[in-house]
Amino acid sequence: MKLLEELYKEILLRHYKHPLNFRTLEGASVKMPGVNPSCGDSLELYLRLEDGRIAEAAWQGQGCAISMTSASLMSELIKGKTPPEALELTRKFKAMIVDGAEPAPELGDLRALAGVHKLHARVKCATLAWNTLEEALKE
Amino acid sequence: MPLTLESVRQDFPLIVGKPDLVYLDSTASSQKPQAVIEALERFYRESYANVHRGAYSLSLAATDAYEQARHTLARFIGAQPEEVIFVRNTTEALNLVAYAWGLHNLREGDEILLSEMEHHANLVPWHLVAQRTGARIKAIPLTPEGRLELCALDELLTERVKVVSLVHMSNVLGTVNPVAEVARRAKAAGALVVVDGAQSAPHMPIDVKALGADFFAFSGHKMCGPTGAGVLWGRAEVLQELPPFLGGGEMILEVHVDRSSYARPPQRFEAGTPPIAEAIALGAAAEYLMGVGMEQIWQHDRALVEYCLKRLDEELPEVRTFGPRGKDRGGVVAFSLGSLHAHDVACALDQYGIAVRAGHHCAQPLHRKLGLASTARASFYLYTTFEEVDRFIEGLKQVREFFKDWL
Repeated sequence: MKLLEELYKEILLRHYKHPLNFRTLEGASVKMPGVNPSCGDSLELYLRLEDGRIAEAAWQGQGCAISMTSASLMSELIKGKTPPEALELTRKFKAMIVDGAEPAPELGDLRALAGVHKLHARVKCATLAWNTLEEALKE
Repeated sequence: MPLTLESVRQDFPLIVGKPDLVYLDSTASSQKPQAVIEALERFYRESYANVHRGAYSLSLAATDAYEQARHTLARFIGAQPEEVIFVRNTTEALNLVAYAWGLHNLREGDEILLSEMEHHANLVPWHLVAQRTGARIKAIPLTPEGRLELCALDELLTERVKVVSLVHMSNVLGTVNPVAEVARRAKAAGALVVVDGAQSAPHMPIDVKALGADFFAFSGHKMCGPTGAGVLWGRAEVLQELPPFLGGGEMILEVHVDRSSYARPPQRFEAGTPPIAEAIALGAAAEYLMGVGMEQIWQHDRALVEYCLKRLDEELPEVRTFGPRGKDRGGVVAFSLGSLHAHDVACALDQYGIAVRAGHHCAQPLHRKLGLASTARASFYLYTTFEEVDRFIEGLKQVREFFKDWL
């Protein structure tokens, strides 16, 4: 259980039970659905862009502790960022999760998810929100 | 010496080689006995050639072995060899029926009757055919226990219903549907009857004649065979009239540049080089299972599931299980632990070497009905022991303790 003890800490429990920005967003500039077809987990990401920045981010969906925490923290972190800055964070998050790269300091609390890299089956859970963000910013 | 269920574990090299593993995902795919692995290797080492082509001895020997496997599979389900079509898996078998039969026989306004507990393999092919033909899809509803609501059947079986396609045993609920009864009523209403036997064929004796269906589909890899070979059984009279699904070599009588005529069944439905080695090894798997005894395997699964459900009920009140309680329940236990997500549970069980599946198990409509996006699922087979069920229960208790603040 060592792997799980390192991963399933207080911070995951908090976001799992009380996810941040968990709502719909009136007047969103972009509304993007994301789904993990293999497990059926899904979310909807809402972004309101203003003056070239992500003024507001919100989301709704269902998923495991890892995907909920990832979406919750992401929605908080990208607020106020420009789309290129948000994409750079996406790259750094995926490098940590997919490639096992050293967690970048600017990922903040998301660094708590670094252990997912060792749980291959959960990589898709951690990256669902971020893949959805990438799709949303393409629009 | 006759095989016994206590000795069968020794026949599975992966299980012998991984004493710490508790493999509870046979519903997704089963482990392989030595006899099947050897059959695959022996064929490649000693008899490999293409089938139905060469005039040389090696090809004739390969053809004999391939056709022998067809005879074995026919015996396995109480059919005639010419009614056994080798396909890749249940999915391909059901696509074959949906396309070859459905596209030619369904018209706008016709109805396709399925159920709410179907696997995506028995939903999506029909969606594709319905879109092209204008036929509509209806579903037999479920009772709260997870059985078919048979009271609704007469009302659903109107003259517009041209085909009833139904799962024999649910891969989530474990429900064994009264297929023979549904088939009798559907046939009386003039409908074709298709049975998805992916979960039933590996786990219980099958007699397709007694089931009274027109088609019965199953996969080899869930019944100790290799991946890549499965069976579509079709009633001889129905196959005779059925146009081909895939065109190509092997399935023809005569080909001109602009037209062709087709071989008789089963060759008509086996275009191209078939999965020769896989079909032969699937024959070995069927021999192996018949050697153990399909009734014994069913009783073993039944005993395990009863034991597992009883312990869960008594010792883990936070665990909710799905599916009926009774003799119509196979060795599948889909469950949820409190409000925890199935992935978190399955991932934690994996830390104890317990392999269970988590997700929608390719049955999203059923999960929607249950009000859950996903469940975790433990499933049993002939090599599963009571001790493994114990380890599963103990593992779940540890997981409950680990997540006690989360529940």
